[in-house]
Amino acid sequence: MDQHCAVYMPKLINCKMTNISLPTDPIAATPTPSPLAMGTVQMRTGGGAAAYLRKVWAIASKDLRAELRAKEIFSTMATFSVLAVIIFGLAFDLRVQRSAMVVPGVLWVVILYTGILGLNRSFGAEVDRGSLSALLLAPVDRSAIYFGKVLANLVFLLAAELITLPAILVIFNTNLFQTWVLVGLLLGTLGYVSVGTLFAALAASARARESLLPILLLPVMLPVFMAGLKLTAITVDGRGMEELQRWVGILAAYDLIFLTIAFLVFDMLWEET
Amino acid sequence: MSTTALPRRIAVRANGWDFAQLLLNLLTVAAMAALMWAALVYAKPATNLAGTEQTAQRIFYLHMGCNIGALAAFLMSLIGSIVYLITRNLDWDRVTQASIEVGTICGIGTTLTGAIWAKPTWNTYWTWDPRLTTVTITLLIYVAYLLFRNGIDNRQTRARFGNIYAMFAFLTVPMTYYSARWFRTIHPVVFNGNNPDAQGGFNLGSTMNQTLWVSTISFCLLFSALMIMRWRQLRLEDRIEAVREELE
Repeated sequence: MDQHCAVYMPKLINCKMTNISLPTDPIAATPTPSPLAMGTVQMRTGGGAAAYLRKVWAIASKDLRAELRAKEIFSTMATFSVLAVIIFGLAFDLRVQRSAMVVPGVLWVVILYTGILGLNRSFGAEVDRGSLSALLLAPVDRSAIYFGKVLANLVFLLAAELITLPAILVIFNTNLFQTWVLVGLLLGTLGYVSVGTLFAALAASARARESLLPILLLPVMLPVFMAGLKLTAITVDGRGMEELQRWVGILAAYDLIFLTIAFLVFDMLWEET
Repeated sequence: MSTTALPRRIAVRANGWDFAQLLLNLLTVAAMAALMWAALVYAKPATNLAGTEQTAQRIFYLHMGCNIGALAAFLMSLIGSIVYLITRNLDWDRVTQASIEVGTICGIGTTLTGAIWAKPTWNTYWTWDPRLTTVTITLLIYVAYLLFRNGIDNRQTRARFGNIYAMFAFLTVPMTYYSARWFRTIHPVVFNGNNPDAQGGFNLGSTMNQTLWVSTISFCLLFSALMIMRWRQLRLEDRIEAVREELE
């Protein structure tokens, strides 16, 4: 992990976001070299799990604070999800006899598309503001950046879902505030966001990233989509507890697999060649 | 244009690899011709079917072959992406790309032959069967891979991101399959299946079994021939790019 700092040291000079002042005169720096000039910035790797969690929280809280001030991600997601529910309501109004039959599908489709909106901004905003290199310069493990972003995206999407559920209650007259639906939402969103954050980072460096992300993400997310759909459908229909627990288990397993692979792979994203 | 602009003539001379490639290609053509003969003439008609269904059953040898070609290709792409991510040798990135391109074509072949076969047998072109779902989603994922590659300018970044995506894509295939399988199914499980709901399960007679083997081998050959050709082409493309940059 330590070599990341060394690799990125030359970039410090170009980086306008950090308020680190580098000595411009090499001779002036020679007698007592400041640790910065010598490229000896130490990554704080010690401290155990608590310190790691603090770093994750630092990244996440940066995103959350930026969102509280700029209000550009959550407001878009919430508005879009309500709009999508209304459009689905109109679309199914004439032909569907019992609205409860289509509700699970509506819920999960809305979540998938709402999620794309937020995920696009997750790294897209960093690229637009030119703050991506500043973020990568943070003296923390890359995985902490990943988990921080996952946490922030999770909060955004779960908050948007809290708007979606009442909208569905009003438009489709189906109460989805049931324990197992909420459990499914939590697990499904976690799986979705864990892959979505990785792919958002991948797509951020491509041309046409905004339109590319859904094409990359949606087919890969199909297992989570199907599991969430089934779980919601079983709960809405009030069917057996046994099947329900099986799908919760499947969702949890997917979350674990996706989080692990994404965590393993995320380190490889930003190495410069 | 004076002759000094090109100081030496670039000789296009076939080397040993070209002859090996030619041999492989000819072998593939022969194998595919043998497959056509075996599938249409040699294999005995299915005894439990009649009329159109019996004729349509012969598409099975192409359907299964395409499927095996796609499977081989996507497995190869997984190997390519893992080895690339470890060694960072661009040759392996080309393996991934070439396999995925060939695999996508084989996958489209599987889907199309399956749809044509399903119409007389299941009376519908399409159903949400786990295999159909998985193949289609896999295809979409790999098409997304190809689009994604085109969107990245830096050669190294393109290789790294492409391979990360390809690896992820392959690992989700079994998950898609099992999710869809638990969702619902009517597709017959051909080998070692134990599915009472399947419509149209079957046992293979000996000529059918032999034809199936011919199909497997010839499609593996087809995949290798196409993959290696595409791989060499991609290599040349990169070399041309490098030479062009040098000249500028």
